[in-house]
Amino acid sequence: MDVAIVGVGMHPFGRTPSMTGLQQGAAATRAALADAGIQWSDIECGYGGSQDAGNADAIVNEMGLSGLQFTHIFNGCATGGSSLHAAYTAVKSGEYRNALVLGFDKHAPGAFNATPADWGIDDWYGEVGLMLTTQYFGMKIQRYMHDYNIANEALIAVAEKAFHNGSINPTAWRRQALSREDIATSQMISHPLRKYMFCSPAEGAVALILCSTEEAKRYTAQPIFLNAAAIRTRHYGSFEVFSPSQPVAHADSPTVIASRAAFQQAGIGPEDIDIAQLQDTESGAEIIHMAENGFCEHGEQQQWLRDGHTKIGGKLPVNTDGGCLANGEPVGASGLRQVHEICVQLRQQGGARQVPGKPRTGYTHVYGAPGISGVTILSR
Amino acid sequence: MNQSSTRSTALFTNDRYPKPRYIMSDCPIHPNLFTWPAENPSLLGGLCEHCGEVSFPVQSSCRSCSGSGSSVIELGDRGVLWTWTVQNFLPKPPYVTDQTPATFKPYGVGYIEMPAGVRVESRLLTADADKLKIGMPMQLVIEPFSANDRGGHNLCFAFDIVEND
Ligand SMILES: [Zn+2]
Repeated sequence: MDVAIVGVGMHPFGRTPSMTGLQQGAAATRAALADAGIQWSDIECGYGGSQDAGNADAIVNEMGLSGLQFTHIFNGCATGGSSLHAAYTAVKSGEYRNALVLGFDKHAPGAFNATPADWGIDDWYGEVGLMLTTQYFGMKIQRYMHDYNIANEALIAVAEKAFHNGSINPTAWRRQALSREDIATSQMISHPLRKYMFCSPAEGAVALILCSTEEAKRYTAQPIFLNAAAIRTRHYGSFEVFSPSQPVAHADSPTVIASRAAFQQAGIGPEDIDIAQLQDTESGAEIIHMAENGFCEHGEQQQWLRDGHTKIGGKLPVNTDGGCLANGEPVGASGLRQVHEICVQLRQQGGARQVPGKPRTGYTHVYGAPGISGVTILSR
Repeated sequence: MNQSSTRSTALFTNDRYPKPRYIMSDCPIHPNLFTWPAENPSLLGGLCEHCGEVSFPVQSSCRSCSGSGSSVIELGDRGVLWTWTVQNFLPKPPYVTDQTPATFKPYGVGYIEMPAGVRVESRLLTADADKLKIGMPMQLVIEPFSANDRGGHNLCFAFDIVEND
């Protein structure tokens, strides 16, 4: 059975001191239900997660105790992608006629702090100051830039694009465009990455309503078809976060294998994609992910950025809503924001940030610790 | 040396650990990370009995072949800098320190490729971005990190640039 997205809802990302994360999740759910024209009591199952804002299945306390099957999911920064994948397979199997996918979160300001034991690592690793995702991102892109001869200008160009796109997105958190100089002179966080090249933990919520494609027209004139959803974890030899060591042997990253699986499911290739949302925890991640998802060769990114290929209006617009850099990263919701943005763009509802040329196909990629990637391919 | 007064985390100061004198109240921060006490300490790793892959820290199950059973081997004290960064802000816990954002000193972090075929993540004794270069030789050092409950220090490994190689 094929699967369609018939309703999307969002509580804007950023900071909402007056609402809990769960309440933001309820606001997004109500918006998605209204968008699909479906009642809460008619939703048959739900999948969702949050890292710091409580159990997603508590949503029934806000929405109504309808008795639906609800499963709480947590997979780090890939939580949203994993929730969507679970809902996708539930509807695809024919077991459920429809499903809610929900992600919300509310994080304290500042970098995340992780506990080694939760990741199967001994305490000393955290005590001596190695348990930081920011270090990993700095070291990963440092080596990548060395291997593929990429200069700092590429890191700056990604951030400049993100904040420009954020400035024309009314639901973005960071809505001020930044100059190349603002970015290049911002505080050094973890070489070679500076403050405005990193996203920040934030708050926000996204909800999606899925149903079978046969039923989709009952709810909307503009269903978005979910042609593929794939989640993969790391192989031995992939350089991932929270690794006290890594082997010299090289293996393809989880992004490469998830992307390949998704393209195979959808029966199309990277050249068929009109618009993409790629995990941009920091500028370097977007650069690496352009190639790992198959859109360009390793090392071509700098020229792509110089030519503006990933800007709105370029040949492959990337992170048209400003991505994680301009929206912040509420872990439970972040991967679903990417899917929400593709739906908005394919429905031609992007306003000032609408990609021209009536895009038909979209692609999302979320990456989470300690090496999980989730990819979807969507079309109208 | 008055050990009981050394409550501060004197991690990786410019005062090198006094070789070859060992202070008996000092002990490694975790077992099986490096040989100690030793005049020329070596990092320790695990060698998988089934596929020969090397792990760090020592791990009994193998991430490569799913086998169980490994022996402890010495990884040596020299390697090559594979990648690096500098930690420029004071980490939150579980980082152990008595520094504040005002007194925080940035520190280097890198992966050192060891001849045994594993890249080990480590603190670096330099935080100077201009001095760190991918491919440069690096030397293992053992340094006091934090105060332990025996009046001495927890010792941790780090790597330093080889100046006159
Ligand atoms: Zn093995």
